[in-house]
Amino acid sequence: MLKDVTIGQYYPTNSFIHKLDPRTKIHFTFLYIIALFTIDNFYGYLAAFALLMGITLVSKIPVGYILRGIKGLVFIILITVLINLFMTPGTPKFEIWRLTITEEGLEIAAFMALRLIFLVTGTSIMTLTTSPIALTDGIEYSLRSIPGVKKYAHELAMMMTIALRFIPTLMEETDRIMKAQKARGADLESGNLVQRAKNLIPILVPLFVSAFRRADELAIAMEARCYRGGHDRTRLNELKYNKRDVYAYFVILGMMVAIFATRWL
Amino acid sequence: MSIEIKNLSHIYSQGSPFESIALDDISAVIDKGSFIGLIGHTGSGKSTFIQHLNVLLKPTMGQIFIDGIDINDKSTKVKSIRQKVGLVFQYPEHQLFEETVEKDVAFGPENLGLGDAEIKKRVKDALTMVGLDYDKIKDKSPFELSGGQMRRVAIAGVLAMKPSILILDEPTAGLDPRGRDDILNVISELHRREKITVILVSHSMEDIAKHVEKIMVMFDGKIKIFDTPQNVFSQVDLLENIGLAVPQVTYLMRKLKEIDPLIDQNIYTVQQAKEEIIRMMRRRKDA
Repeated sequence: MLKDVTIGQYYPTNSFIHKLDPRTKIHFTFLYIIALFTIDNFYGYLAAFALLMGITLVSKIPVGYILRGIKGLVFIILITVLINLFMTPGTPKFEIWRLTITEEGLEIAAFMALRLIFLVTGTSIMTLTTSPIALTDGIEYSLRSIPGVKKYAHELAMMMTIALRFIPTLMEETDRIMKAQKARGADLESGNLVQRAKNLIPILVPLFVSAFRRADELAIAMEARCYRGGHDRTRLNELKYNKRDVYAYFVILGMMVAIFATRWL
Repeated sequence: MSIEIKNLSHIYSQGSPFESIALDDISAVIDKGSFIGLIGHTGSGKSTFIQHLNVLLKPTMGQIFIDGIDINDKSTKVKSIRQKVGLVFQYPEHQLFEETVEKDVAFGPENLGLGDAEIKKRVKDALTMVGLDYDKIKDKSPFELSGGQMRRVAIAGVLAMKPSILILDEPTAGLDPRGRDDILNVISELHRREKITVILVSHSMEDIAKHVEKIMVMFDGKIKIFDTPQNVFSQVDLLENIGLAVPQVTYLMRKLKEIDPLIDQNIYTVQQAKEEIIRMMRRRKDA
């Protein structure tokens, strides 16, 4: 069950996209999100779609795998669509019972749904093609270039690395505890909302206990190896921009301009 | 309660790049009331296998019958299977969550929907069974106990469901020698008195040799050998090839056989070794 979450998962292949510097991919994602919000007609989405398709093909990740990321958001997308569909004032198109769907509502609903889907797929391509360690390295380097944040760049990145590092561990732990309680007859799948929330206590309490224990052990293990945070710390692998990153920046910027230009179509 | 496993296979993350075959076409019959030891190196499929026995994992292929009932059949009630098959996970103390020991042990019986009086009785019985003083411990928080006591409380939590098959995944991992012997003796005693089927997963060949009636050796998702300790531990080379070993006394007896060819090398407990060595010394003195 928990293994089906694809957001934040890494899918190793040996593609051009995987080999790019993580900074390139982070900056791309940032620009991509901004570009998405500048889109004001469907041609823009067509351009974004072409861009995503191109990247997906180059990354050698199965399309179905990327689309799985949307599954977890179906509910949010559905609510967004419904609210926009019924709450937008304008020229009425259909009437169902006491609710009216307007032409404007239809358009905005479709727009919002597309925007969410493009946001999720675009960002999940970044996490699918970048290992968590590379990702935090990229974030650390990117933060360093912002004045004022520079001092904390290492600490922030270390926190993120540790958080990411413990996601699979905690997932495994959750899985184990759930199984142990199920073996004692715990029923996690039935009952009303209150009942279900109550059923989570036997899982959450041991999970918190073990998370605190792990945090404590990790802190001691780090201190035992004289970890002192960001003070004059050098790294084993420095990030270096490559020729392919330069190409990638050109392609990305070109595509961003193209998406932005669709506003005048 | 007999367990019959037919062509059981399990594949993790089928269809993704992380796909791995954990169980590969396993078939076996475990007799009612037997005491089975399950050994195999890390990643051989032991944990996956035992989780199938109480429907925590579903087979990718194959079937499991407990007393003739297909446990993965839609008409079979999962809860009734989980009551029949008690599973004690590795480090079971990590599953404790209640405010008091009594409430924690009662969690299982409560889930079975039993009456208050019956639950109380079962909790008391289970705690006594694992060698804890019910009156002294029942109101304590499980988190303020020692490691060994926590482990016993957690095992009591499974025993309180009165399973007729008890599966334990390395119940002695991380315990001191005293705690280890105590827990194994409790399990042996339970097996003898209540005639329940026990499957014990362990990395300690000594523990296995001392307590079980039959040994199942797993390697690479398959059952390599399923036989009496005598027949399993006589295959030293095979066991060593798959990352296992025989009890230390067996190695000693094999060395002694080099000195005295009359000695019986198929010995796997300290008690047997003692008797055999005394016999050898008498024989040599007489000669």
